[in-house]
Amino acid sequence: MPDFPTWSGVSTNRYIARMGSVRRHVHINRDPDTVWALVGDLARQHEWFPFSSCRVEGNKRWMTTPSGITFEEDIITHDHALRRFQYRIVGNPGITSHLGTCDVIDDGHGGSTVVYSTDMEPEALAIVVAGAAGEGLDKLKRLMETT
Amino acid sequence: MGRKILFITTDQQRYDALGCNGGRVARTPVIDGLAANGIVFDRAHPQNVVCMPSRSTMLTGQHVSTHGVWMNGVPLASDAPSIASDLRRAGYRTALIGKAHFEPFIDPFLRFAENRIGSAGLETEMVIGEDGLPTPHRGFEHLALATHGGMGPFHYARWLREKNPAAAAMFFQVLDQQLQVNAGGGGDTNAPQVKHNDIPRELYHTEWVADQTIDWLSSLPADADWFCWMSFPDPHHPWDPPKSEIGRVNWRDLDLPDGYIVDATERERVLDAKPRHWRMWYEGTFVSNYEAPAKWVPKTLTADNVREVNAMAHIENELIDEAIGRVLASVASRGWGDDVDVLYTTDHGELQGDYGLLFKGPYHTDSLMRLPLVWSPATSAKVAPARVSAPVGLVSLAATFADIAGIARPDYTESARLPTNDEEARELGHERVLTEWDSVLFGKIVHARTICRDGWICTAMLSGTVHDGIEGELYDLANDPLQHNNLWSSAQHAAQRASLLDDMWSSLPTRVLPLRSCDAPV
Repeated sequence: MPDFPTWSGVSTNRYIARMGSVRRHVHINRDPDTVWALVGDLARQHEWFPFSSCRVEGNKRWMTTPSGITFEEDIITHDHALRRFQYRIVGNPGITSHLGTCDVIDDGHGGSTVVYSTDMEPEALAIVVAGAAGEGLDKLKRLMETT
Repeated sequence: MGRKILFITTDQQRYDALGCNGGRVARTPVIDGLAANGIVFDRAHPQNVVCMPSRSTMLTGQHVSTHGVWMNGVPLASDAPSIASDLRRAGYRTALIGKAHFEPFIDPFLRFAENRIGSAGLETEMVIGEDGLPTPHRGFEHLALATHGGMGPFHYARWLREKNPAAAAMFFQVLDQQLQVNAGGGGDTNAPQVKHNDIPRELYHTEWVADQTIDWLSSLPADADWFCWMSFPDPHHPWDPPKSEIGRVNWRDLDLPDGYIVDATERERVLDAKPRHWRMWYEGTFVSNYEAPAKWVPKTLTADNVREVNAMAHIENELIDEAIGRVLASVASRGWGDDVDVLYTTDHGELQGDYGLLFKGPYHTDSLMRLPLVWSPATSAKVAPARVSAPVGLVSLAATFADIAGIARPDYTESARLPTNDEEARELGHERVLTEWDSVLFGKIVHARTICRDGWICTAMLSGTVHDGIEGELYDLANDPLQHNNLWSSAQHAAQRASLLDDMWSSLPTRVLPLRSCDAPV
């Protein structure tokens, strides 16, 4: 019997019945301040995440997908020192719980690790967000490393 | 001019659905006619028993470990090999009409081409191919996409909304508010995913797929060579054929299927002899995969539920057969009758009451693995009719299409073409067929690997959430055609088991790493 690789990308917490917990990350060969300059500008997330548009007013944000769905969000954390933002999707009867977190972490060698996490109910939608986050992080890396 | 290829797939159809395979209920004279004049495969298996991995195998000619679509929700790489691309380069016109599902359905971000093409009403999407030239998505110059109902972004749903805005709501709602597969029921017996559908037959997706196929073929010049994948979404659940057709099969008149064990004690004894996830699913304590309704407990399935689900599937199969008849008549009217190879199969089976279960999952017995596969070669090829008992897989389809088209077997394919008889099966090396299963959703991890060879099915359950890596299944198909008697732990059969496992591990391709990410539940 062969060895099998680690299966990643979706929650393996077998004891959580309903909450989907997902995480994607990417390493970027740019310093964290440069990366945070884009990631931390919450009105520009559609430049790297697969949204079509983004609007911010105070601690509220509205993100619209290419299929025309708009998510209303409360911005929970926007910490430049920690290079972290967190948000909740609100006002959507199909989403009963949500917390999204994006961290830009200094790798100590002039680069950055960006981690995008989502805890979400329904759990099925968390997987979709994880996929979008993975694509977004890949695009973020391309943008950062080619400009 | 060369041989044209009409590749017909259904979704989640059992081997015994067809009259030519012993089916006794649904009338399938068109497919039976193709079978009578062609090649019928009695031991054809998919390389995975859910849609996306299996369909990816058909297109690429590769096992799951190679193409990387290891479960539903894992998109096939946009640059994955495609036999449609090779055929197109050889001059074939190419189309896929109906259900594609190489990419996830649940896609609000429109990350995947199928959803973008459907939502924009496009015919295809052009990408830059490996030769640096523009090429259509997966080699298909014409895509007209559909799925199991009227919701979503695909061409059928858009067409339906234009024809009758109320029609989409007539179908059974496949997903519930939590985006889980809907555990609700309907019909006369409250059977899961059954509904009496008010939709007029002419608006049903089976008719639409046939109509779209006829329209596309009609648009081609008479001297065109073409590869048309006509992909019916039925008889995959929901079981909601047009209500006007329900009188075809009265569920009250149906015998229970052979695989349904009426006595609950005996049923549970059979389940207990299998790896533990079988009984755990039956009891509703371990729903390992998204494709089965998480809130439905199979133990609650009644005999009348089984009859009604089967009746609905039979009705859907009859509608498919009649739709194929319309398409074949259109093909004949174009003067192509002698030059068209027709291949008919499905992506995987359906439990449909076997062992007291419905739907699908990591349950590698004939219910899900033994598929209808019929190849009616072009008359001009002068191939003698035959029944093939050798084990073959859908992994052979791509090489078969290449062979029909007269092009070399692409290097990326992992199996020889389908044989035309058992003698040729030996010559081509069709000794075994392999099936893989991996699922990790929601913390429920199941891995299984299966070989079918020499009249045996052997499945190794690898370590996972409820398996310790030492369980498995071993069935003697000749003496246990319903796979009720698991011989995995039989000392008398230990050597047989070891031989099969050795062959399986040495035959499975090495998994391509890194693993592709799962980007949606389905």
